[in-house]
Amino acid sequence: MTAPTHDPLTLSLSVNGETHEIRVPARKLLSDVLREDLALTGTHVGCEHGVCGACTILIDGRPARACLTFAAQMEGHEVTTVEAMGRPDALSVLQQALHEEHGLQCGFCTPGIVVTFEHYLRENPDPTAEEVRDVLSGNLCRCTGYQNIVAAVLKAAARMRGEAA
Amino acid sequence: MKPAPFTYHRPANLAEALALLRAHGPAAKPIAGGQSLGPMLNMRLARPSHLVDLNDLIELDRVRVKENMLEIGALTRHHRLANAPEVQRSLPLLGAAAASIGHYAIRQRGTIGGSLAHADPAAQLPLIAVTLGATLVISGTAGAREVPASAFLQSIMTVDLRDGELITALRFPLPVGDLWAFEAFSRRHGDFALVSVALSFARDAEGKIIALRLGLGGVDTVPLRLPEIEARAQGRPADENTIRDLAAASAAAIAPEDSEQVPVVYRRELAETLVIRAFQSALNREKGA
Ligand SMILES: Cc1cc2nc3c(=O)[nH]c(=O)nc-3n(C[C@H](O)[C@@H](O)[C@H](O)COP(=O)(O)OP(=O)(O)OC[C@H]3O[C@@H](n4cnc5c(N)ncnc54)[C@H](O)[C@@H]3O)c2cc1C
Ligand code: FES
Ligand code: FES
Repeated sequence: MTAPTHDPLTLSLSVNGETHEIRVPARKLLSDVLREDLALTGTHVGCEHGVCGACTILIDGRPARACLTFAAQMEGHEVTTVEAMGRPDALSVLQQALHEEHGLQCGFCTPGIVVTFEHYLRENPDPTAEEVRDVLSGNLCRCTGYQNIVAAVLKAAARMRGEAA
Repeated sequence: MKPAPFTYHRPANLAEALALLRAHGPAAKPIAGGQSLGPMLNMRLARPSHLVDLNDLIELDRVRVKENMLEIGALTRHHRLANAPEVQRSLPLLGAAAASIGHYAIRQRGTIGGSLAHADPAAQLPLIAVTLGATLVISGTAGAREVPASAFLQSIMTVDLRDGELITALRFPLPVGDLWAFEAFSRRHGDFALVSVALSFARDAEGKIIALRLGLGGVDTVPLRLPEIEARAQGRPADENTIRDLAAASAAAIAPEDSEQVPVVYRRELAETLVIRAFQSALNREKGA
């Protein structure tokens, strides 16, 4: 049986391929641990009840809400955040497309969108606009009206498939 | 909005999980996908002092077809249900309903056991379980028992689950009719449905409806199966007359809650429209196939 757990817990977390030893309370959300303990502030926090999608990260390669996950649950799992996806001087194909298509304004929602679609385009490299909209429904954006984000995702998908666009 | 403090437990298997739940009684809560419990903890609507994490109970993440049933482990995620070949082959209605839950990221984590235990009256999987006559397998340290979904779901977020018990599996009887549809209406894509309809039926050699199963969600404190309507359809052709009659009778058979935002007449009309749409999409799918 698992050893009795005392707060704070000592955890070993694997994030973006790096292992971190931290001491945090069991009740601390993964979103807060990423931002406060690991200084990975690309993961944004909006609603803290799963609706807005700003905190979306990958757990073992699949999208999940960091605000509905406790860091304590992540031992033995691989967490990937937006920090692992392209850099300001070397944007990912999707980030470049968002830039070109004006797929962001304030950018608050953008990390969650990037994380979601970096994964989704690997699962479904040739999505229809309708499929993109379905997935995008899990990420709220107050600024763009979504049109440009959809255009950017479709553009990135085409480029990733090797089609000039 | 941060959760109140709790002690975190991570059992390695079902026996450990049950022992922990038993040891801590009502102070403990299991967490599966966390997609419903997470928000409740964050808003402090739930304040368990012990959280028992079920995510290492991989024995409960399974889909398998046995003689005349499809057995789904409680920890099976919605995304897997939506895509599992066994589900697509023998119970596509369940797969389609799972694919419509919330959003993509929510479906990657949310589980069928969590959905049944949470018992939101508008949720997809409880509706499918009631409509198709599924049975829940529930385990405690004293052993396992089986409960029909319709008896398990008692009211809004109230279920037949005693302290220390866990849902371990759902069993769906097979076969079901080869014609099916899931229809739901919500104000915004991905939101909980105002009304939802689950439908499954077969037709005999003369084209008459047999083995109809019809359920409505969002119209009562629990999802409803409508046996009177099922009986009324028996032996009738699946034509426009029949469908309109069944839809009108369905709307008349329900007594939804009246609220300012969603008046009773609105929900009734939605139910009627969605029943018609469900029959039509079941028949269209057959034509398209
Ligand atoms: C933005 C958003 C949108 C959503 N939209 C929908 C929707 O459209 N339709 C829908 O149906 N749901 C929706 N949900 C709810 C959720 O996604 C459902 O998947 C489900 O209710 C939760 O399952 P879970 O595994 O995450 O359960 P958890 O949140 O982990 O647990 C829920 C409850 O079940 C208990 N529990 C969990 N597993 C077991 C078990 N094996 N035995 C006994 N008790 C158990 C927990 O103690 C808790 O009380 C949405 C959630 C979010 C955040
Ligand atoms: S902060 Fe997690 S979904 Fe909004
Ligand atoms: S760009 Fe401002 S919220 Fe999306």
